[in-house]
Amino acid sequence: MFSLIEPHLPILQVIVPLIAAPLCALFGNRHLAWVIAFTAASISFGIACLLLASVLDGSIISYEIGGWAPPWGIEYRVDAANAFLLLIVSLIGAIVLPYARRSIEKEFDRSTHTYFYVCYLLCLTGLLGVAITGDAFNVFVFLEISSLSTYALVAFGADRDKRALTAAYNYLIMGTIGATFFVIGLGLLYMMTGTLNMVDLSERLAALGDNRAVHVGYVFILVGLGLKLAMFPLHLWLPNAYTYAPSAITAFLAATATKVAVYVLLRFIFSIFGFEFSFETLTLEYVVMPLAIIAMFAASIAAVFQEDIKRLLAYSSIAQIGYILLGVTLLNHTGLTAGIIHLFNHAVTKGALFLAVGCFVYQIGSSRLSDLKGMGRLMPWTSAAIVIGGLSLIGVPLTVGFISKWYLISASLEAGSLFIAGLIVMSSLIAVVYVWRMVETLYLEPAPAGRQKGEAPLSMLIPTWTLIAACLYFGVNSELTSSAASQAAHAFLPPQQIVSGGAGQ
Amino acid sequence: MEHHFILRVISKMLIPPIMLYALYVQFHGDFGPGGGFQAGVIFAVAFILYAIVFGVETLTLVCPPAVLRAGMALGVLLYAGTGVYSLLRGYNYLDYAALAEPGHAEHGQHLGILLVEGGVGLTVASAMIAIFVAFASRSPDIKDTDW
Repeated sequence: MFSLIEPHLPILQVIVPLIAAPLCALFGNRHLAWVIAFTAASISFGIACLLLASVLDGSIISYEIGGWAPPWGIEYRVDAANAFLLLIVSLIGAIVLPYARRSIEKEFDRSTHTYFYVCYLLCLTGLLGVAITGDAFNVFVFLEISSLSTYALVAFGADRDKRALTAAYNYLIMGTIGATFFVIGLGLLYMMTGTLNMVDLSERLAALGDNRAVHVGYVFILVGLGLKLAMFPLHLWLPNAYTYAPSAITAFLAATATKVAVYVLLRFIFSIFGFEFSFETLTLEYVVMPLAIIAMFAASIAAVFQEDIKRLLAYSSIAQIGYILLGVTLLNHTGLTAGIIHLFNHAVTKGALFLAVGCFVYQIGSSRLSDLKGMGRLMPWTSAAIVIGGLSLIGVPLTVGFISKWYLISASLEAGSLFIAGLIVMSSLIAVVYVWRMVETLYLEPAPAGRQKGEAPLSMLIPTWTLIAACLYFGVNSELTSSAASQAAHAFLPPQQIVSGGAGQ
Repeated sequence: MEHHFILRVISKMLIPPIMLYALYVQFHGDFGPGGGFQAGVIFAVAFILYAIVFGVETLTLVCPPAVLRAGMALGVLLYAGTGVYSLLRGYNYLDYAALAEPGHAEHGQHLGILLVEGGVGLTVASAMIAIFVAFASRSPDIKDTDW
């Protein structure tokens, strides 16, 4: 039986949540919708594990949609890089759902819960689709599926705070501009090469040589994706969107959406334009790297002065994206590994932190630091999760944050820049300040009189602590993540042999 | 005598041809320009015109919000279901060869695109009407007379 399903795993990865979404909408009942959503997300996670296991040896799975051979048809192409990303996205997708069930009951009206799950599944479909497809235009389609459902998901926060609507609208405008830039860039590449398949595109671009239209296309794609992944200074949509979205969605988005956009950027930089594209190397070195370093400092400093813990973590996310981009722009294998491993590590850390903040919101209805005074004694488990997550943001040993920083610093030393290594350490020190602000508020300030001791429900604590446990486990035993990230970094360099999947033609 | 007499009569005359034209675009899509997306929008236009002239309440009697939501979901399911049928027959996802009768390979392609475009048309038409109803049935926060 399994041998029949196995060749179709790449497509099932995407269509399981896709089909679950309209089923949720049809049945209409929020309990049933949750069951369907959770089942679909779990199956997706299982498929992602199987796919990663089969490509870790460096092989590539290619799946032809509709039986049309690439480059004419749409091809789904799984290598170590996107299999790792599929694992991240589907893991977070499956962990957040059990949490969301109780969390959203307190945050918005029950009549809309079914549609929340529908949007959630569509968002998951889009993110998985972006990661798995080998067709450049298909990336745009899935990016829009995930973005449009994200705008709706952010707006669900409006029952708690009306500002969610302006945040969602702002995100919609910025995200749409980003998508437009991306598709303009794609149009230019299509004009020059006449193909949209990524492998074919990279071969034809290499044959084309240096060309002004290709330069313009590349810049459009870089800026468009920069908007989507909140690259400094294109990050302005992010703090509000993360602050006012429902807690479960903030955790889901922080851990997946920007990561997927980073992956697309990597795919374009390394697989499509190719490493030797000199114009690309120049922009990465003189534009993206300084911006990444500014993001590390500016966003961390902004985080220090925030009054709302969700907004504080949102600014910290922008800084973390800076670290990822810095790793990538070092343009060596260790740097790329550092960037990719930080994708996973930051997803786990930030996911856990936002889930923990959601527990506070569930219990006391606020995420403002001034309302969280003394919660360390009233909600010990949630507060401990914040502390461990915070330590990981700083990069303390035994947490995943340390592994990322370790790789980043070795990469910058490998690139011969002691200066950059120093900057990484310095920006980590700013992280100490904002993490300490949280710890100080939670543990050292007296709780307001009359507030009862009480933890969030177990269905919320268990997902939070699962991610915290992952944060610690992969911080001690980084064997799996670092080998997957290193393999992924290899996948972005020269093409390897292809294992054909799908039914025989 | 009702208001907008001419508008009412003319729109009643126009609505059936608009629907017919939408169906033409839908079914002509596999031979020439057209297809589910365009047809869905044109089909929705007939309903929107009806709502503009006769009121949104009368439109929601014809197609209640629940029907629109079901239409959106069923369209996606029809599209995805066509693909799943190919999978179950042992072909790749959305490989229309699975729908072919023996000896007539091109029939599969024809039937496949027809089903898929039907799904697109259903979803697009329902979504367009639903968006219109959502905007039009909102009561304004500030009344016009308050300005």
